[in-house]
Amino acid sequence: MRRVVVTGIGAISALGLDRVALWEALRSGRSGIGPVEGVRLDGLTAKVGAQVKGYDPAAHFDLKRLDLLDRFTQFALLAAREAVTDAGLKSGLGSRTAVVLGAGMAGKLTEDEAYHQLYALGQQRFSPFIIPKSMPSAATSHVTMEFGITGPGLTISTACAASTHAVGYALSLLRGGAADVALAGGSEASFSYACLKSWEAMRVMAPDTCRPFSADRKGMVLGEGAAILVLETAEGAARRGARVYAEIAGFGMSSDAGHITQPSEDGAARAMQAALDDASLGPEDIGYINAHGTGTPSNDLTETRAIRRVFGPHADRLVVSSTKSMHGHALGAAGALEAAATVLALDKGILPPTANFTTPGEGCDLDYAPNAARPAEVEAALSNSFAFGGLNAVLSVRRWRST
Amino acid sequence: MYHGQTQMTSDLASRVTAVIAKTQHLEPEKVTLESSFEELGIDSLDGVNILFALENEFDIQISDEAAKQIRTVRQTVEGVEKLVAQKAAAAG
Repeated sequence: MRRVVVTGIGAISALGLDRVALWEALRSGRSGIGPVEGVRLDGLTAKVGAQVKGYDPAAHFDLKRLDLLDRFTQFALLAAREAVTDAGLKSGLGSRTAVVLGAGMAGKLTEDEAYHQLYALGQQRFSPFIIPKSMPSAATSHVTMEFGITGPGLTISTACAASTHAVGYALSLLRGGAADVALAGGSEASFSYACLKSWEAMRVMAPDTCRPFSADRKGMVLGEGAAILVLETAEGAARRGARVYAEIAGFGMSSDAGHITQPSEDGAARAMQAALDDASLGPEDIGYINAHGTGTPSNDLTETRAIRRVFGPHADRLVVSSTKSMHGHALGAAGALEAAATVLALDKGILPPTANFTTPGEGCDLDYAPNAARPAEVEAALSNSFAFGGLNAVLSVRRWRST
Repeated sequence: MYHGQTQMTSDLASRVTAVIAKTQHLEPEKVTLESSFEELGIDSLDGVNILFALENEFDIQISDEAAKQIRTVRQTVEGVEKLVAQKAAAAG
């Protein structure tokens, strides 16, 4: 089976507009969560978010093109540019390159604005750009166009696990020979009044901040952004002398077949076990888990139990952290941001912390690297994503040694 | 009378070219009656967007049939003129 490595990373998030800013914040435990700006907030109790700040679309796209780009597509393009440049690839990537991106809410901002015009303002005339801007696959299409990618292109929408599924599916494409290079990740931009109201209605949003695994955790905090990894076969990377960050060693999926919002210990455990098996790794090979860690009472306890079930006594030797405490829950971009964090952690030998940590929650009895990054050379790591509706995806990432 | 008609037509033409320039993010002087959509880099989706903007600007309804005929700025101006005149006649 062909081995697949990461040779480029691009990211935009509340922690900054590029990969370097993301990593600097993660290693220093700086959270990007703050008061939500630029969005109507009346009637909301949760008014905090992890928004991308200091981003000027006109600085990155010509104005005519921008008319066709929803914010989630803009983020995908910025992350893709950074990843491709980082990998030392040129445009015109052709038919042996794939694009697989995740999106959860996708073009909701465009739809939100259009529907307001129709339903609230009674405006009968509609822009012909609403459909091509808001369709969930728009980001993938624009990435293929920008880089001349004529191989497989698709969008995966599995809520909060979308971009983990995207990276995992790209791994399958490369292993199976459908492509030699893949841009894989995801993007999301859903800060609108309606989206915030919808999330708040579920009573899962924290009014203060995101404190995964802490006793006083009150829920999740919405984030936005994008992350894209350049994956390529180890042979291809070696042939062109590319710098390798880490190996995507395996991928595991499961479905809970349980409940549309409640997580399942069994489903999460089976996805982690599948990711280990796929990479031919044993529990004792893992040193770090980038947790799904949303900060909801239910997720964090269930995830902790699932980790104990899979890892047994080795669970006490693991570092488990939730970087959502810093970049927020970016939904369809979350898994990709976390995969980037995991890959960088292995590459740099520093495990990012769980920020905003106070005291451990009941039943939350693992080492969550509270508030301070941990220098550690670990051999392999998992990146967990457990979506609403019980669709679970876990990546195994292995430290790369060129020998 | 005749002068007034010409004045109205040229006002209308400049409003049409202004709409085209604005939606395409072009310098207004680049858009002349003689320009074809192709020269201006206007593709089919851009063309539909221009029709949407013109319907808003002039409060008219451009049929799909009429829309297919329009490939140049002059055709656009003429088409809008006709619809604006029909609207005025209907309004009595």
